[in-house]
Amino acid sequence: MANLAAVVGIGQTKYTTKRLDVSIAGLVREAAVNALQDADLTWDDIEAVIIGKAPDMFEGVIMPEAYLTDALGCNGKPMLRVHTAGSVGGSTALVAASHVQSGMFKRVLTVSFEKQSESNAMWALSNPQPFSTHLNAGAGGYFAPIIREYMRRSKAPYNVGIKVAVKDRLHGARNPLAHLQKPDITMKEVEDSFMLWDPIRFLESCPSSDGACAMVIANEELAKKSPKPPAWIRGGAMRSEPTTFAGRNEVNPQAGRDCAADVYKQAGITNPRKDLDCAEVYVPFSWYEPMWLENLGFAPVGEGWKLTMEGATSLDEGGDIPWNCSGGVLSSNPIGASGMIRFAEAARQVRGDAGAHQVEGAKLALGHAYGGGAQFFAMWVVGSQKS
Amino acid sequence: MKQIAIVAYQQSDSVSDVGAVNEVELIMPVLARTFKQVGLNNAQDVDFVCSGSCDYLQGAAFAFVAGVDALGAVPPIKESHVEMDAAWALYESILKIRMGQADSALIYGFAKSSPGELPIVLSQQLDPYYLAPLWIDSISMAALQARLMLDQSLITERDMAEVVSRSRRNAMTNPHAQLSGNISVDDLLAQPTYVSPLRKSDCCPISDGASAMIIATVEQAREWGVPYAIISGIDHCIETHNLGMRDLTDSVSTRTAAKRAGMHSGKVDVAELYAPFSHQEIILTRALGLGKETTINPSGGVLAGNLMMASGLSRIGEVFNRIVSGAAQRGIAHATSGPCLQHNMVTVLEKA
Repeated sequence: MANLAAVVGIGQTKYTTKRLDVSIAGLVREAAVNALQDADLTWDDIEAVIIGKAPDMFEGVIMPEAYLTDALGCNGKPMLRVHTAGSVGGSTALVAASHVQSGMFKRVLTVSFEKQSESNAMWALSNPQPFSTHLNAGAGGYFAPIIREYMRRSKAPYNVGIKVAVKDRLHGARNPLAHLQKPDITMKEVEDSFMLWDPIRFLESCPSSDGACAMVIANEELAKKSPKPPAWIRGGAMRSEPTTFAGRNEVNPQAGRDCAADVYKQAGITNPRKDLDCAEVYVPFSWYEPMWLENLGFAPVGEGWKLTMEGATSLDEGGDIPWNCSGGVLSSNPIGASGMIRFAEAARQVRGDAGAHQVEGAKLALGHAYGGGAQFFAMWVVGSQKS
Repeated sequence: MKQIAIVAYQQSDSVSDVGAVNEVELIMPVLARTFKQVGLNNAQDVDFVCSGSCDYLQGAAFAFVAGVDALGAVPPIKESHVEMDAAWALYESILKIRMGQADSALIYGFAKSSPGELPIVLSQQLDPYYLAPLWIDSISMAALQARLMLDQSLITERDMAEVVSRSRRNAMTNPHAQLSGNISVDDLLAQPTYVSPLRKSDCCPISDGASAMIIATVEQAREWGVPYAIISGIDHCIETHNLGMRDLTDSVSTRTAAKRAGMHSGKVDVAELYAPFSHQEIILTRALGLGKETTINPSGGVLAGNLMMASGLSRIGEVFNRIVSGAAQRGIAHATSGPCLQHNMVTVLEKA
């Protein structure tokens, strides 16, 4: 049985297209210092650092943890670098938690980041390989046909994605850290934005951001002493499946369903829409909200879009299960950090520390990340109470 | 704390260039042999999988994604990956078992270093603002380190050649070795320098290949009924990246990790050290305080073949092999990462 662990400090940077004022080290240190301050701790209180980011080619630094050790106060301590594609921010948080849950560490720092302005992520993802199919498309080109297949299967109206794009940007306008600040966005503005990868329009896509997110995770004894309310980790799970195999359900991947079932079981959740107060879910392209509503069991298969259209996932419309109150990936996307931001924002909600995007009285929240060809999943459930 | 055992270890041959064989094809035969060693079919039969690899060696983002194809991950599996040597994937797997989410784990590491110019590729691991633009390759950095030691009379070139001569001789009994043979210290010293003061023989070769391991709780290992060795301690520690701020003639983090891992609580029969350059074996031997009772790098070490992203795991595997064969009762394995031994791990293995 795992030892109890909790998030006791959260730090983020302001997400933006280019952070020209800081180096990569300066960026991660800013998030880490913010997390330490939030927990009222110093570098000496940290026993290990667990760092995550998406492919090294996004910044052009191989295994950057070697270079970042000084900025993260890690000299003389263990440092671990996680890389599990787009889900990495979530996986890194889970690996950090396992340091404490294993009983081997009392308190650790975890950081994830991406400084996308150092390169071009789409082309970094498209290097041709001598023995593999060349997908010269970036992430949007990869996911567009899967979204079209969802639209065909579910018979969802064409504007579901447009609604999500508006909803998440209105959420983002409540979050001063969000990259895109579009408080006046309209359905028409999204619909009129140019088509990037049919059916994904420009405003239905995530931005490319610089940013870092950090958390301090502590054991039960230390969490109880922390100055601000801890977010108790009630469950954590990861699942992977191959990119392609005969019979793979790319619209509703088995790995996502299994991962959700695992984390719900640990947290005692039987009806996610009812039992959870809110969720931060990795939605880099608008249509992934209805798709993940179904994959994560918030709606029956084929009906996820109905929740979106009813406003169930909207804070502004008073929905019963708000999704991505922080603005989500659609408002800020430093890729390697995006998963950890979801996990951290879920923790902020149950700590009652989410500012203008707080869900009133939130006690139980889901953090979710996915990556690769929607084949790697990481999730956790955090609560204001231990059990 | 739960006792964890190694139950299987396999590695491919170290080959300078595997040609058209891709990463998945490198991994698959090694995994097949590893599963067979325990009587398992595929990754469905373990609770967790963790791998180590490096995108830049493959020249593509998400190099590890294709690796999942080698696992039989349908239905989906619990899986993770570190952009580090697979020794750190072992570390993550141990955490997973200790927290109670798994009773067994498969760990593997792989790299095909041959398509690129490895020493130059590794120069891009350095601080991107101050060091990487200088394109200092990994051999040149090690040469600076060796020069420091020679200038301070901490070693002689003969000491370095003795390490190489012993490595090549030991490797003659290692079927996976890339470089082996009887070569005298004088013959080695007669060779020209490559990046002074290093001779080519002081540097590990560039290799393609993979290795894999299965670990489990002792209860699970007994149930499987296979020979096993206990991981009695494991720890790792990183030092500053600024080469000018470290004493490059010593390895403080290795000593710290060894102490925390409990290395000194018993006799060390065998030590496998991840020393890509001959003088680094001497640094590590001294940092760990190893004496005559310890056989060092009986496999030949990485001077006989260096599977990037797997060599750290392989060191642990080599000690495991010697414990289950009865050749040793207790041993340590060392893994390293970063320029000039920046980040070090020590694992202590004991007879069950």
